[in-house]
Amino acid sequence: MTAPKTLYDKIWNAHIAHEDADGTCLLYIDRHLVHEVTSPQAFEGLRLSGRKVRAPEKTIAVPDHNVPTTLDRASGVIENEESRIQVEALDKNARDFGVVYYPVSDVRQGIVHIVGPEQGWTLPGMTVVCGDSHTATHGAFGALAHGIGTSEVEHVLATQTLIQKKSKNMKVEITGKLLPGVTAKDITLSVIGATGTAGGTGYVIEYCGEAIRDLSMEGRMTVCNMAIEGGARAGLIAPDEKTFQYVMGRPHAPKGGAWELALAYWKTLFTDADARFDKVLTLKGEDIAPVVTWGTSPEDVLPITSTVPSPDDFEGGKVEAVKRSLEYMGLTPGQKLTDIKIDTVFIGSCTNGRIEDLRAAAAVLKGKKIKDGMRAMVVPGSGLVRAQAEEEGLAQIFLDAGFEWRLAGCSMCLAMNPDQLQPGERCAATSNRNFEGRQGRGGRTHLLSPAMAAAAAITGHLTDIRDF
Amino acid sequence: MDKFTTLSGIAAPMPLVNIDTDMIIPKNFLKTIKRSGLGVNLFDEMRYNLDGSEKPDFVLNKPAYRNAEIIVAGENFGCGSSREHAPWALLDFGIRCVISTSYADIFYNNCFKNGILPIVLTKEQVDKLMEDAERGANARITVDLEAQTVSASDGTTFAFEVDPFKKHCMLNGLDDIGLTMEKSAAIDTFEAQYQAQNPWS
Repeated sequence: MTAPKTLYDKIWNAHIAHEDADGTCLLYIDRHLVHEVTSPQAFEGLRLSGRKVRAPEKTIAVPDHNVPTTLDRASGVIENEESRIQVEALDKNARDFGVVYYPVSDVRQGIVHIVGPEQGWTLPGMTVVCGDSHTATHGAFGALAHGIGTSEVEHVLATQTLIQKKSKNMKVEITGKLLPGVTAKDITLSVIGATGTAGGTGYVIEYCGEAIRDLSMEGRMTVCNMAIEGGARAGLIAPDEKTFQYVMGRPHAPKGGAWELALAYWKTLFTDADARFDKVLTLKGEDIAPVVTWGTSPEDVLPITSTVPSPDDFEGGKVEAVKRSLEYMGLTPGQKLTDIKIDTVFIGSCTNGRIEDLRAAAAVLKGKKIKDGMRAMVVPGSGLVRAQAEEEGLAQIFLDAGFEWRLAGCSMCLAMNPDQLQPGERCAATSNRNFEGRQGRGGRTHLLSPAMAAAAAITGHLTDIRDF
Repeated sequence: MDKFTTLSGIAAPMPLVNIDTDMIIPKNFLKTIKRSGLGVNLFDEMRYNLDGSEKPDFVLNKPAYRNAEIIVAGENFGCGSSREHAPWALLDFGIRCVISTSYADIFYNNCFKNGILPIVLTKEQVDKLMEDAERGANARITVDLEAQTVSASDGTTFAFEVDPFKKHCMLNGLDDIGLTMEKSAAIDTFEAQYQAQNPWS
C-alpha cells in the first residue's frame, strides 16, 4: 500500500513532467491565465527569442487591472495613455500568439480570477498559474493555483511548465458552524490574523472542516483568494458535490463521456486519512467574529467589537511597523473600531466581486441610503456578474441607495485605473490588501466583508453587521 | 541575466518588517511594457514627496546610500503582489543582493530570475549586518555566492543556504527557458500521456 497522500501531494504528483535528482521539477501547467500588467515583457521575450506559445488553447487572456470601469468606457477609449498602451499590447499579443482572449468589449470580460471559474476553465485537479498573486482563488476547486512573476509567465508561455520545488503541507481546519453575520471573508482574514502574513510561507494550505464544507463555491473562492496574504504559495479546498454542481454545464467544462471520466477522477481528489501535514492550525467556527483590518498589513485584523491596539501590544520588528501603521492610518490606540469614520466604500475585487457578494451587500442596502457625502461604488467582478445583478434587481438597489454601478475590472482594489483614493481618504473595502498607498497614495483602507462594507456606507463609520 | 559571483558593497538598512511590493514599486509604475527604467521610482512613496522632491530622511536619499548595492531588511521582505517590477526596480537602482530573515515566496523566486541574490540569515546575523549597514561606506558587506558566505566589515562570516539549481543559474547567468527547452522531449512525452488520461484538460 502506498503512503497516505494529501490533496496537494496528489495534484503535484500528477503534474511532474520531469524531475531532477535534487528534487527540482518541471510541473506541467493546465491553465495559464494572463492579464495586461504582468505579461507584456513576457510576450516581448518570446518575440526576441523567436519562441511561440506552446499551448495557446490552455492560455486565457483578459485585461482587468487597468481598464476604466466607468460607463463611458463603452466608447472604447482609455484616456490614460500608459494604460491604453498596456491594454492594446495585450490585444496584439493575444492576436499574434493565438491565445484565448476576452477583450474589454466582450461581456465575458472581467477580473481574470472571476472569469476563469465562470467560464469553466478552472477545473478540479488542475494546475493553474497567472502573473498575479491572487491566483490562489482557483484553489477553491481543488486546483493547485498560484501566482508567478513575469519571467515565469514567459517560461510557461514557452514550455507549458514551471520550474518548481515542492512546498510543505499545511492544514487549516475551521470546525463547527459560523455564527450569524460571519462570512468567508471573516474566516480568511481571521486565519491571516492567527498565522501572520508570513505564517504560510513555504506551504500550500488545505482549508478543511465543517465551516469550510458549508461554504458555497463563491465563499470558498474568497477564502482561497487570500491564502497569499498569509504567505502561502497556494490555498486548496477538496472538491465535493458543490464543486461538481458549480462546474457542470459551464462553457469549457467537460461534457458527456468526458464529464463522467473527469468526475470519476475528481472524486479521488481528497486528502487520505492519516496523511501527514507539516503544520496544522485549527480555529473554531463559532470563535470567528465579523472582523475588520485597522493597520497596513492584512494580519492587522480584529473583531469589529475591538479597539485600536497600541504598539506596546506587539514585539520585535512589529512595534515599529505598528507605530508607522497607526500614523499612516491616522488612528489612536484605544479608539473603538466602530468609531472610525469612513468616506469611501468599495465593493468588488477578485476577493468579493461575485454575485453572492453583491447579493449580501444589496440585502443590507435595500430601501436605505448611503450617508451624505459618502462616495460608494460597486464594481462587479465580470460582465456576466454585472448582467446577472441587473437581472436580479440588485443594480437598482445599489443605485437607489446612492452607489455608483460600474463595469467590470479590478478598479479600486489596486487603483491602477482612475478609481483611486486621495491622500487621507478612508475606505471600507471588500478587497484584499490594506498596504500603504494600495488604493491611492495616502489613502487608508479597512478590509471587511461585503455586508459590513454596505453597512458602513449607510452609517458612515465601521459598523458591526450584527447590530444592523 | 547578469552573472552573480561575488559582491562587496554598501548596504542600506531597512529594518521595517513586511516591506511589500506595493512599497517597493507602487502600482502607477506598473503600466510600463518594458523591464528597464524603474529604478528612479524604487520605493517611490517612501522616497519622494507629493511634489516630487526627495524625502531627505529616506535611507536611499542619504548621500551614504545613494550607491547602495545591498539592502538589509526586516522579515517577510517582498510580500504581497507578484509584480516582477519589484526586482526590476531594485536591479535598475543597482541593488544586487537583499539580506533578511525571510521573504515572500514569489518575490524570492523573482529575484533569482533577475540576478538579484536574496540571502536568508538568522535574526542575530541580520542584526549584526544591520549594524554594518547603519555605518554606510565605512562598513561594506561582502557576499560570495560560490562559497555561500556573507561577511561583515569586521570579518565575521556567515554561511547561507541556497538551492543548488538556482545557485548554478545565478553563477552562470543562465536563462531558465533555454534550460527547460533542452528537456522538451520529456515534456512532449508527459503531455501526450497526460492528455490521453485527462482528455478534458
